[in-house]
Amino acid sequence: MIRYAVRRLLEAVPILIGIVTLIFLLLHLAPGDPATAYFNPNVSPEIIDRMRENLGLDRPLHEQYLRWLRSFFTGDFGYSFSQHRPVADVIRDALPNTLLLSAVSLVLIFVVGCSVGAVQAVRQYSALDNVTTFVSLFVYSMPGFWLGLMLILAFSSPAMPEFLRLPISGVTSVDYEFMGPIERMVDRVRHLVLPSFALGIASAAGVARYMRGSLLEVIGQDYIRTARAKGLSEWRVILKHALRNALIPIVSLLGLYLPLLFGGSVVIEVVFSWPGMGRALYNAILARDYPVVMAASFLFGVLVLGANLLADLSYAVIDPRIRTD
Amino acid sequence: MLSRARRERGRETWRRFRRHRQAILGLALIVLLTGSALLAPAIAPYDPDAQTDIVATRYQAPSVSHPMGTDRFGRDIFSRTLYGARISLSIGFLAILIAITLGTAIGAIAGFFGGRLDTALMRGVDLLLSFPRLVLLVVLVALFEPSIALVTLVLGLTGWMGVSRIVRGQVLTVREMEFVTAARVLGFGRTRILARHILPNVLTPVIVAATLGIGNTILAEAALSFLGLGVQPPTASWGNMVASGRDAMLDAWWITTFPGLAIVFTVMAFNLVGDGLRDALDPRRVA
Repeated sequence: MIRYAVRRLLEAVPILIGIVTLIFLLLHLAPGDPATAYFNPNVSPEIIDRMRENLGLDRPLHEQYLRWLRSFFTGDFGYSFSQHRPVADVIRDALPNTLLLSAVSLVLIFVVGCSVGAVQAVRQYSALDNVTTFVSLFVYSMPGFWLGLMLILAFSSPAMPEFLRLPISGVTSVDYEFMGPIERMVDRVRHLVLPSFALGIASAAGVARYMRGSLLEVIGQDYIRTARAKGLSEWRVILKHALRNALIPIVSLLGLYLPLLFGGSVVIEVVFSWPGMGRALYNAILARDYPVVMAASFLFGVLVLGANLLADLSYAVIDPRIRTD
Repeated sequence: MLSRARRERGRETWRRFRRHRQAILGLALIVLLTGSALLAPAIAPYDPDAQTDIVATRYQAPSVSHPMGTDRFGRDIFSRTLYGARISLSIGFLAILIAITLGTAIGAIAGFFGGRLDTALMRGVDLLLSFPRLVLLVVLVALFEPSIALVTLVLGLTGWMGVSRIVRGQVLTVREMEFVTAARVLGFGRTRILARHILPNVLTPVIVAATLGIGNTILAEAALSFLGLGVQPPTASWGNMVASGRDAMLDAWWITTFPGLAIVFTVMAFNLVGDGLRDALDPRRVA
């Protein structure tokens, strides 16, 4: 098992180098460079030249590439033009927020998706199955940004009772500093509700659909018939015998939906003013802040790579039939 | 004889598809949407970009004269949604065409020729798939001047990897089959075998992937345009219409709501048809 984990980690190394190289090539072969894109025509050519020199843009391409590679070992991703502070600081502030949002969404996806899918499978072809199948198709087809805006619209409407009002932007309230420890927790959780719902619900519909199929397949197998023939209650058959096996293939969906969550975070963080990596990337793109764009897209690549690794490893742990040698 | 068999299989597929009620609903929706997009100049009650007396006409709630209300420049949302359908659907179709052409070509080459070429191509696919698609999209689009052609191209160039994996897998199976060996024994060249004998037999899953992919492409285009990196105003696309209503959302809910609903129903229609096709084309499934 450990050998398998190490092998998978080693396999990720060339891809990691590929990611770093691809980002470098994309941003350096594109027309224009950060110095010209960032300054207006009123700035004198000497200042632009000095700017280029500071950024190392006057060096030959291979030297720039080596410098870029080196930054991963030193953790020095350069300086953000638009935020006037080191890129590493920008990332350190943004990354935890994205991880928190994605983690909460992930739990939501699997809890909601598996429960809905299981109920659908147990009550196959019932009215409940048909209605939820149709609703999840609708949800699955919804753009996250639009769902986010609709939630904001609903939760800020005057018709919404006061106790149901949920915060529609940011991570904490303005008076967070003055709250007690429990109030702070509650405040953070309340801020997470709408963004994580908007980010995850479409994927939950996808999981539900997969879960329905997976459980139906298991229910059709002989050992379930045996369990029923033994006279076990239907509850016991489903919960103790069928569900366990139906959940195994669901784990492989981790590798499918985590990248989707990271991508979706760009849009959802913009809609809910959530100060994470997605919004940092978006703002950096608008400001042509190339060091931040490079670092952020690199980190997104690493996150996806990590997610795939996690999916493969947990699959191997849960299903002993997977050969790990 | 072959063509008769093929025709019969087509008829069988259509028969299975027809019994899929949701797929028929989806198909009807697509016909309706494509039809109204094509006929937009005839159906739309107003010019989608025309601004008259802005102060008098802006922010009107839905009414008989403006079924979906007006935006902050007094433009008719219904007309703009119709014209937006032209943009969103044509970007969706063209981008998916680029994606499946590229995906099929690369997947077929990798699967058929195998060896180092296969390894190299598939590592490239792994590499591209290790970015969240939206991240790749926003970075790529931001490097150039935004235009409809750029958005279409970039959506096509980021959407082929899944198709290439499917095609490669299929080609690996089909190339070992007896009729391919027979063709080889007959002395046909490799290109001919690939193009005439193998490819036609791997296209079924590609059609399904393409139909389901249109929905995703339309969603991605909408997200890009929503972020201001895709289709640029005043040209109406559903994504930038939703964005334009964001500031005044609490006073004029209709500006964001209706184009968003258009996206949902369009994407759902393609997903329904894709599911129906998958079930109808899969010989193992008993409908």
